[in-house]
Amino acid sequence: MAEIVELADGVAEVVRDGDEVAMEGFTHLIPFAAGHEVIRQHRRDLTLVRMTPDLIYDQVIGAGCAARLVFSWGGNPGVGSLHRFRDAVQHGWPRPLEIEEHSHAGMANRYAAGASGLPFAVLRGYRGTDLPAQTDTIKPITCPFTGEELTAVPALNPDVAIVHAQRADRAGNVQMWGITGIQKEAVLSASRSLVTVEEVVDELTPLPGAVVLPTWVVTAVAVARGGAAPSYAQGYYDRDNSAYQEWDAISRERDSFSAWLDGVRKVVA
Amino acid sequence: MSAGTQWTADEMMSVAASRSLVDGTACFVGIGLPSQAANLARRTHAPGLVLIYESGTLGAKPDRLPLSIGDGILAETADSVITVPEVFNYWLQAGRIRTGFLSGAQLDRRGNINTTVIGEYGDPKVRLPGSGGAPEIAASCQEVTIVMRQSRRSFVDRLDFITSLGFGSGPGDRERFGLRGGGPLHVITDLGVLEPDPQDRELTLTAVHPGVEPEQAVEATGWPLRVAAEPARTPPPTATELDVLRRLTTS
Repeated sequence: MAEIVELADGVAEVVRDGDEVAMEGFTHLIPFAAGHEVIRQHRRDLTLVRMTPDLIYDQVIGAGCAARLVFSWGGNPGVGSLHRFRDAVQHGWPRPLEIEEHSHAGMANRYAAGASGLPFAVLRGYRGTDLPAQTDTIKPITCPFTGEELTAVPALNPDVAIVHAQRADRAGNVQMWGITGIQKEAVLSASRSLVTVEEVVDELTPLPGAVVLPTWVVTAVAVARGGAAPSYAQGYYDRDNSAYQEWDAISRERDSFSAWLDGVRKVVA
Repeated sequence: MSAGTQWTADEMMSVAASRSLVDGTACFVGIGLPSQAANLARRTHAPGLVLIYESGTLGAKPDRLPLSIGDGILAETADSVITVPEVFNYWLQAGRIRTGFLSGAQLDRRGNINTTVIGEYGDPKVRLPGSGGAPEIAASCQEVTIVMRQSRRSFVDRLDFITSLGFGSGPGDRERFGLRGGGPLHVITDLGVLEPDPQDRELTLTAVHPGVEPEQAVEATGWPLRVAAEPARTPPPTATELDVLRRLTTS
């Protein structure tokens, strides 16, 4: 059963130094508040997993919390590049960042295999590209029925998944709707999970297309109002596009980023 | 805006890309120019165009351009919102999507694309965003429309990295790699249109936009660009196309 906790306590409980951590949310419901708490708690040597390491991982990488990144697209969506990610990959600042690179289809299938208790997933992908030569978690596999050559990728089973949802009930059942991306697979593939929510309610009214994560597959739930900002939470608030554009300027130089980081570290969650 | 025209080269590129979309078909759309072109097509000649964004919005009908693939306007107006594994497995991989739009930092003469790295992978000059959905769009959409501004920096003799496969090193490569989609149908640039040669699959300039001479396209290409015997001339944007496009991009 999920415990309902304060955000700082939830992060302290589920995220440990050296963990493999997946913060998911496919441009919607991005768990920014939890990511900032990871930064405040000075977690170290994390392996970060995420399909789109947009602003949130740019921030966590820039803060020096990560040793590795497993990902499929590293950009500032609709704006441009991730400067902290680039600085880490190109210049090793603030520390070298090892990368394990996939495509979206590969990452999605890796999470699905992890959630399914399978050791690997099979897909039509990567063939003819230069990625298999750089990523040792991409291997050819022959279909035992047809003889066709396909691609295998290993399951993702992170130590921790962190996602943001619209709401939970007092028992810790979680409900999210709109674009729900890969969050269900991320939570089900992980050993532990933290879900931040906009609010805790008495009863989860059924909604069309909503995903419900039952309390018994979630480790901890923490209320973080506005916890997905500057991304958006459907039904609660929109994306703050100016924040994405401003991040381009803030993150471009180490000094301006460091000033931003000092600001985040001063905030008490 | 170039002298003598009432539109920009980018607007011409969006309009040309939009015209290539067929009413009633499904199209895999990314943010930026592809999203402009697809939304323009849906408001002009292709009202039945099915827009699929990789965030899982199937049949999105946004009344403005989305800010990102996760924009709420896509989920609110979609026929169905599906999960990410479903988008890639049931819809894209299974070959249900006719048109895929791609762009990139580098393109070669056989329509292969680099969005991963400039320089060495292990010691990059410029680290680019990476694959995203592109390799599987390139592999599995029935046809691919590449939209890119043409320059010697981006239209190169040799890619630094093959992120997404066009025709590989030539005929037979797609079949050899088991890719079931048809590959690049054309490359629409700010100068004209390139199409793969039916025999050896090398991109050939088959049309130029109004006010552009074939020599300009040759000059802006980092390999000796083949030019068709009589390149077609793209019809200029209509007043309606420009009006709808500008409403979209300024809203």
